[in-house]
Amino acid sequence: MGYTIIEKIIRGHTDEEVRAGEIVWLDLDVRSARDFGGPNVVKNFCREFGDTPVSDRSKTFFTFDLCVPACTLQYADNQQVCRDFARAKGFKVFDVDEGIGSHVLIERGLAASGSTVVGTDSHMNILGAVGCFGQGMGDVDITFAFKTGKIWFQVPESLKVFVRGEPSSGFSAKDLTLYIVKQLGTKKAALKSVEFYGEAVRKLSISGRITLCSMVTEMAGIIGFIPEFKDSVASEIKSLSGEEFNHPYADKDAVYSDAITIDIDGLGPQVAAPFLPTNVKDVGDLEEVKIDSGFIGCCTNGRFEDLKAAARVLKGKKVKDGVMLKIVPATRKVYKQLLEKGTLKDLFESGAIISNPGCGGCAQGHIGLTGKGEVQISTGNRNFEGKQGKGQNYLASPAVVAASCILGHIAGPEDI
Amino acid sequence: MGKKGRLIEDIDTDQIFHNAFLHITELRQMGQYALGNLEGWKDFPGKTGPGDIIIAGRNFGAGSSRQQAVDCFKSLQTGMIIAPSFGAIYFRNAVNSGFPVMKCSKLADLIAGGLLKSGDKIRVNIRTGEGQNQTRKEAFFIEPMNEVQYNLWEVGGLFSYAKKTKKD
Repeated sequence: MGYTIIEKIIRGHTDEEVRAGEIVWLDLDVRSARDFGGPNVVKNFCREFGDTPVSDRSKTFFTFDLCVPACTLQYADNQQVCRDFARAKGFKVFDVDEGIGSHVLIERGLAASGSTVVGTDSHMNILGAVGCFGQGMGDVDITFAFKTGKIWFQVPESLKVFVRGEPSSGFSAKDLTLYIVKQLGTKKAALKSVEFYGEAVRKLSISGRITLCSMVTEMAGIIGFIPEFKDSVASEIKSLSGEEFNHPYADKDAVYSDAITIDIDGLGPQVAAPFLPTNVKDVGDLEEVKIDSGFIGCCTNGRFEDLKAAARVLKGKKVKDGVMLKIVPATRKVYKQLLEKGTLKDLFESGAIISNPGCGGCAQGHIGLTGKGEVQISTGNRNFEGKQGKGQNYLASPAVVAASCILGHIAGPEDI
Repeated sequence: MGKKGRLIEDIDTDQIFHNAFLHITELRQMGQYALGNLEGWKDFPGKTGPGDIIIAGRNFGAGSSRQQAVDCFKSLQTGMIIAPSFGAIYFRNAVNSGFPVMKCSKLADLIAGGLLKSGDKIRVNIRTGEGQNQTRKEAFFIEPMNEVQYNLWEVGGLFSYAKKTKKD
């Protein structure tokens, strides 16, 4: 009996028998905490383990991304608590200038294919995009991981998803992702490792792979993998990590809990209406919805390619009077690309607000909050009530957000 | 936990330990709020005693990640909780805290068959999964703890385990 992708990665990090359902001790290649969760990790560590060292300084990191630089006194305090702890223990902080932790780990080659990474971020499974088993956990688990370099984990069952069909032009990775969220809901992939197959996912760029894998969390899944990839993706990842990209593959006789086929033939842009990410409709069904603001960024859509897609729509146009468009690049590296390729100018001239890198308003930390009654269209991954302030959030692709901000109501890029 | 032989499913962490009491961090103070927001069970802390076993429906502990929803039962010295399944984070929190949460997929059958009723005296072997209903002289089975869960339970949770393995 063969092994699935998740079983193979876990097999490489434990001596125990690995089969879906078994609980094993997993060796971690990287453990991290951010400015939310991090202060509790420090508190737990000091209480339980006092002045003792962390298990491996070179594999332990803080990544500040939620409220950067701190805009509340509490975050300022919490970040300083983490910095002091990291200095005392001698490990690295990716500080408030760097951007979203999971993305920084990818850019720095700290999320190698086949490796294991944990952090206090429920979207850490984004690392599945580069064939790495990333997992978000609570502060108790992460404290233990800092101290021992291990975590216990129940090997998840795997679900196989085939995507077939030829969508309309202008159908982006986010549209694909939202449509898959709609089809799988929160039950079919719950607690599972999801393996995506089919031409539409194989040809995704790194940024598109990140978009799809990030929203496995909203499907209630453990992690998503896209084992087939273009050569250009492999060489881009190699240039980041400095190592050959070897995405783990599943054995032919691997055991899956289920296989599902999703047909995207003829589909156009998709939008998730409040207050559930699964509440997905065709953009055309929502065109009467007027918007007050737009948000482009977050771990799901904050790569250069995402902002470039928005800039293509916005170039030479203006954000409609009375609408604000907030743009937050995922990382400093993305910001640099925006600068060097002139994209920042196109975005600026359209009237958009562009901030320093980070998570944006997803954790109510920084740019992207909404007031009561405000209607926002966002490239984020969650539109739960109260998640990004008191307003209503619609989830869409960068191009749809850009087009909507030009017209003042929900619209696809074809409408421009 | 249920009525007329039917177990309540999807009991969430707000029903187990309401968010109005999240500021409480002392273990001994937590017990009085256990199940304080679950209709029909609000008097639970006054009625339960050390070693009592809670039998609940599927997806016990759905919802938020609050550790108090596990610790309130430790505070009352509850023996264990048996349910067909647990909320994912709840299960993790319980295992990390060394509190026995045991799965039994046949629970509904046992109850429907009259082999298990509220107030019965039962013993369970967490290593073998063998259960004895001493009131009804009936045997039953639950899923035994696996190695990792047992090791954490044995030493009293994740942090104790870290200290112990370090010394070994």
